[in-house]
Amino acid sequence: MESNQSKPGLLCNPEGSQRTLYPYVTGTSVVALKYKDGILMAADMGGSYGSTLRYKSVERMKPVGKHSLLGASGEISDFQELLRYLDELILYDNMWDDGNSLGPKEVHNYLTRVMYNRRNKFNPLWNSLVLGGVKKGQKYLGMVSMIGVNFEDNHVATGFGNHLARPILRDEWHENLTFEEGVKLLEKCMRVLLYRDRSAVNKLQISKITEEGVTISQPYSLKTFWGFSAFENPTLGAEGSW
Amino acid sequence: MTPISPHKPAHLCLLQSSLSYSHLAPSNPFLILAYDKIAVASHRLEPMRKGKRKKKPSPGSSQRERESQSHLLEQKENPNKNPHSFTERERHCDFCLERETKNDAVKMFRNQYDTDVTTWSPAGRLFQVEYAMEAVKQGSAAIGLRSKTHVVLACVNKANSELSSHQKKIFKVDDHIGVAIAGLTADGRVLSRYMRSEAINYNYTYESPLPVGRLVVQLADKAQVCTQRSWKRPYGVGLLVGGLDESGAHLYYNCPSGNYFEYQAFAIGSRSQAAKTYLERRFENFTGSTREDLIKDALIATRETLQGEKLRSSICTIAVVGVGEPFHILDQDTVQKLIDAFEIVQDEAPAAEPDAGAEPAAAAEEGEGSGAGADQAAVPEPDVAPMDI
Repeated sequence: MESNQSKPGLLCNPEGSQRTLYPYVTGTSVVALKYKDGILMAADMGGSYGSTLRYKSVERMKPVGKHSLLGASGEISDFQELLRYLDELILYDNMWDDGNSLGPKEVHNYLTRVMYNRRNKFNPLWNSLVLGGVKKGQKYLGMVSMIGVNFEDNHVATGFGNHLARPILRDEWHENLTFEEGVKLLEKCMRVLLYRDRSAVNKLQISKITEEGVTISQPYSLKTFWGFSAFENPTLGAEGSW
Repeated sequence: MTPISPHKPAHLCLLQSSLSYSHLAPSNPFLILAYDKIAVASHRLEPMRKGKRKKKPSPGSSQRERESQSHLLEQKENPNKNPHSFTERERHCDFCLERETKNDAVKMFRNQYDTDVTTWSPAGRLFQVEYAMEAVKQGSAAIGLRSKTHVVLACVNKANSELSSHQKKIFKVDDHIGVAIAGLTADGRVLSRYMRSEAINYNYTYESPLPVGRLVVQLADKAQVCTQRSWKRPYGVGLLVGGLDESGAHLYYNCPSGNYFEYQAFAIGSRSQAAKTYLERRFENFTGSTREDLIKDALIATRETLQGEKLRSSICTIAVVGVGEPFHILDQDTVQKLIDAFEIVQDEAPAAEPDAGAEPAAAAEEGEGSGAGADQAAVPEPDVAPMDI
């Protein structure tokens, strides 16, 4: 990859550019919040190929080590590459075999470094990542963007979730939500996204991470309601030939 | 060495070489862990060394060679027996190195396998590495102890002359790790720089303090490299690394050989045996010790290594790291107060040694507040002769 930087006139290069210029298969929003026992995270299972909702069983949340959970939106192949990096990181951490382990804070910072470094090389990993975890009773929830912007908060969202879900969370989130309350809140956010985000699919997973470990639910669908009077006869006020 | 000595049957050599090293344990624990107890056949290797540029002894000296060989074996069989009266020493001066320090009476013999670090001896020893360990013993004492929540490092700092400052022997590596060195201080400084760099890099990537155990392993691997390259030499410094982890307080000792051990309490450097004896008596209580008791124990152990000389804050350095307390070196005033506090109580009688000579108390050290030690510096006390630094 580095050799491309030194060659001027990349387009003349018969191999073409090797940098990420556009994302191809993308996932949409991820929403997450802290609750009483840990972190709850929700993401749907759609992989869009441009405007086509092509893949409908993409798992966009994965556990990392013993203490963390990673969710990603954006380019799916870059997410898979990140998982390989993290796999190696966790492997070497385990190989020390010395009672120390990388917690969510460490993993989050590592990801920030990776994302920022790639951005500096003009070859970003086209993802917005949500990293949540619990270690020794301490809950941690953070986000990293594709240009390396990172922060920590009580509730985070990526993509459209920033605009549609976070206002709901700002109003309704509070400390020490129970598990049921948290799930209900997340489902509310996901429902709004399902109605309003064109790249959302109605098949989602909710995952939780606590001191005990990670659980990722089976995929399920949300109930939707389309029986609004305005939908019954859509052309009522504006008839046309098509 | 003649390829196959007609005077020494081969099978006998094999027998003699396969003695275990367990009796050397107290001063050379690393030998047990680092070397195989089963030695390879010694004289059988001789023919392969023909091509090497080893000095060929003149015919008349083969008698001497055999005697020196028997010397080597004598040392293994009976380390307490002193084969060297003064007259014998002259005869064997080519082959042995005897250090005349009060406590550590180790006899290392020169031999043809000790030129290179990459040369094994027929008994399976790397003499250059062992000599590097000797260098640690030449340095002035460094002591470390730990409780469940704190680690204290102490060292004896003697300046070469009144005009100069003393050697810096305790280094802060990070807020949660510090190191005390004994031996070649230049090597120690370089290794401290490496440790600081590792700690900072880890913190940059993970926003989290580097676990001490991992730093120590990296350090040990670095030292091991120098024992396996013909163009390098082993680091001649022993490091007492103390720090905090998510699993508690830790104290490690890193050898030039590339080994590391975890300790509850340890002392290295010259006259460290006295401190070790004191620590061995008391170490079982250290886990539950308070910070103040731990520092007091460190000071008393330091005093043990001084063997009669009065303990003053101008000749020792104390550093502490603990839960909620970043690593820092205590300033002279604090240390002097602590010394005064327990000297009044005097629960342990210091080892009594007659004063060997007079030496004015070290004063006017660069950067050190001489005003702090005002009561000592103003009145030069008769001290023992200056010790190795």
